[in-house]
Amino acid sequence: MTDAIDTAKTGSAAAPARSVGTAQIVILAAGLLFLLLAPMFLYPIFLMKLLCFALFACAFNLLLGYTGLLSFGHAAFFGGAAYFTAHAVKEWHLTPEFGLLLGAAGAAFLGLIIGFFAIRRKGIYFAMITLALSQMFYFFCLQAEFTKGEDGIQSVPRGHLFGVIDLLVPTNMYYLVLAVFVIGLLIIWRFINSPFGMILKSIRENEQRAISLGYSVQYYKLGAFVMSAALAGLAGGLKTLVFQFATLTDVTWQMSGEVILMTLLGGIGTLIGPIFGAGLVVTLQNYLATSDFPVTIITGVVFMVCVLLFRRGLIGEFYASRLGRKLGFEHRQ
Amino acid sequence: MMMIFGIPLQAFLGQLLIGLINGSFYALLSLGLAVIFGLLRVINFAHGAQYMLGAFAALLLLSYLGINYWVALIIAPLLVGLFGAIVERTMLSRLYKLDPLYGLLFTFGLALTIEGTFRYLYGAAGQPYSVPPALAGGTNLGFMFLPIYRGWVVVVSLVACIGTWLLIEKTRLGAYLRAATEDTVLVQAFGINVPLLLTLTYGLGSALAAFAGVLAAPIYQVSPLMGTNIIIVVFAVVVVGGMGSIMGAIVTGYMLGIAEGLTKVFYPEASNIVIFVIMAVVLLLRPAGLFGKDA
Repeated sequence: MTDAIDTAKTGSAAAPARSVGTAQIVILAAGLLFLLLAPMFLYPIFLMKLLCFALFACAFNLLLGYTGLLSFGHAAFFGGAAYFTAHAVKEWHLTPEFGLLLGAAGAAFLGLIIGFFAIRRKGIYFAMITLALSQMFYFFCLQAEFTKGEDGIQSVPRGHLFGVIDLLVPTNMYYLVLAVFVIGLLIIWRFINSPFGMILKSIRENEQRAISLGYSVQYYKLGAFVMSAALAGLAGGLKTLVFQFATLTDVTWQMSGEVILMTLLGGIGTLIGPIFGAGLVVTLQNYLATSDFPVTIITGVVFMVCVLLFRRGLIGEFYASRLGRKLGFEHRQ
Repeated sequence: MMMIFGIPLQAFLGQLLIGLINGSFYALLSLGLAVIFGLLRVINFAHGAQYMLGAFAALLLLSYLGINYWVALIIAPLLVGLFGAIVERTMLSRLYKLDPLYGLLFTFGLALTIEGTFRYLYGAAGQPYSVPPALAGGTNLGFMFLPIYRGWVVVVSLVACIGTWLLIEKTRLGAYLRAATEDTVLVQAFGINVPLLLTLTYGLGSALAAFAGVLAAPIYQVSPLMGTNIIIVVFAVVVVGGMGSIMGAIVTGYMLGIAEGLTKVFYPEASNIVIFVIMAVVLLLRPAGLFGKDA
C-alpha cells in the first residue's frame, strides 16, 4: 500500500524514475535490429500482421497492466478503426497517414463513449460492460451502410505515404508498419513513465488511497481508456492498410479475447511481454491455418493453462526468474 | 382487427410471447450466474457453453441412445452439472484466492475450448431438435395462436426460477449457501464443509444452464455457437439487475426479454441492441444496477 503512494509521489515530482540498465538496452537494440533485418528472411506480410497485433496487445496492456482495468471489448477499437481507415482512404481518397490518424481518432472517440459508461463500475462488471457495448458496436457494424455488412470494405488502396512513397512496394509497407509500431511503443513507454502513468499505477494498487489523495480517479481511468483505444485503433488501421480490407472479424468478441490472450501469455504489465504473446499467437494461427484443426480449442486451452499455471506470462516469469533478476529486470507482484 | 399503437393485436401478442420466451432463458441463465457469483465470486463465462452442452446432450441422447426429451430434461442437467463440479474441483477452486478477473479469464478459456471442440465435431451449422409429441401443435386462445411448447417453456422456466429461489431462501442448504456468501471463514468454523458447498454450487449453476439448454433445443437450432451469443446479452442483463439478489436476476431477465420483444414490433432494427441500450441508460441513472448492492 505504501508502495502505491511512493510511486505516485515520485511520479509527480520527477517523471522517468525508472533507470534503464545495460542489459535492457542491449536486448532492445538486438530486437530492433532483428526487426529491421527480418524481412530479408521472413515473409513480410506475416511480419506486418505480427507487428499490428503486437501494437494492439501493447495498447491493451496499457489498460490492463498499468491501470488494472480488464476491457473485454477492445475489438471495437481495433476493428472500428480498421473500418474508419478503410473508408477514409477508399471513399475520401485520403493519404495513408491521414487515414491512420483518422482511424486512431475514431477509435479514441469510441473509447470515450464506451469508457464513459464502463468506468461507472469496477472489476468484473467493467469487463462485462465493455463486452456488452462492444457487442453493440458489432451489431452496428453489421447493419451500418458504410461497413458493407458481411462483405466488409474490400480492396482498400494502400496509396502513397505523404503522397510520395508507394506502399504497394512490400519493403516500403513493412518499414511504415515498423515505424508506426516503434512510435506506438515509444508513446506507451513515455505515457506509463509520465506523472499521469504513475497516478494510474497508484489507482491500480490502491484506488481508495488515490481518491483520498485528491486525484479524480474517474478522469484518469477514462484518460487511460481513451489512450489505449486510440493506440488499438492505430494498430487496426495499420492492419487494414496491410491486408487491404476491413471486415466484421476484427470487431467480434473473439478478437477481444485474442488480445487478452496475447497479453496474458506474454506477461501482463510488462512492456515487451505482449509483443511476444502476439508473436506466439499469430505464429500459431499461421501454422494452424492450413490444417482443419480449429484454433479456438488451442486458444482456450492455452488460456486455461496460463491462468492456472503461469499468470505472470512468459516474460513475467523470465523477469522473476534468477537469470532475469541477475540481468537487472524487476517484476512487480 | 384490434390495433395497439397502430400495430395489429396478433403481431403485438406474438412478439410479446417471443419476448417472454427469450426472457425465460435470460432469467434462467442470469439466475445461474447470480447463484455462482454469489458464493464463488466468479463470473462464469462458460455459462453459455454449458447451456449449449445441455442442448447438445439432449440432441445426442436422442440420436445415439434414443432417450426422449422428458428423460433428457433430467439427465442432461445432471451430466453437465457433474462436468461443472469436476471442473470446479480440479481447476476453478485454485483461483479463489486471486483477483476475480482470473476466474472470468479461466471460464472464458473453458468456453472457447468447449465451443471449439463442438464446432470441430459437429460443424457450425445448427441442427433441429423436434418438439416432443405431447407438446406438439398449438391452441387457439381466441385472441392469438399459442404453440403449446412455447407456453410450456414459459411455465417450466418460471417454476425452475421459483424453485431455485425457494431452495436458496427457504431450505437449510440454502441457508448454508447464504451464510457462506456473507462470511466463508465463519461458516467453515461452524463445521460446514465449504469447499463441498462451492463445488455443489458450481454444479447447480451449470445444471441450471444445461436445463435451459434442453428447453431451448426445440425452439432454437442446436448449434455450438448458441451459447456465447446469448451469454453476452445475459451479461448485460446481469449488469442491469445487479447480482446482489436472486429475485432481481429473475425479474430483470423477464423484463428485458419482453422489452426486446416489444422493440421488435415497433423498431425491428434496434431489437439486437435494445438490451445494451437499456444497460447504458441504467448505468447512467443507477450505476449499481436496479437491484444491486455492490459496485
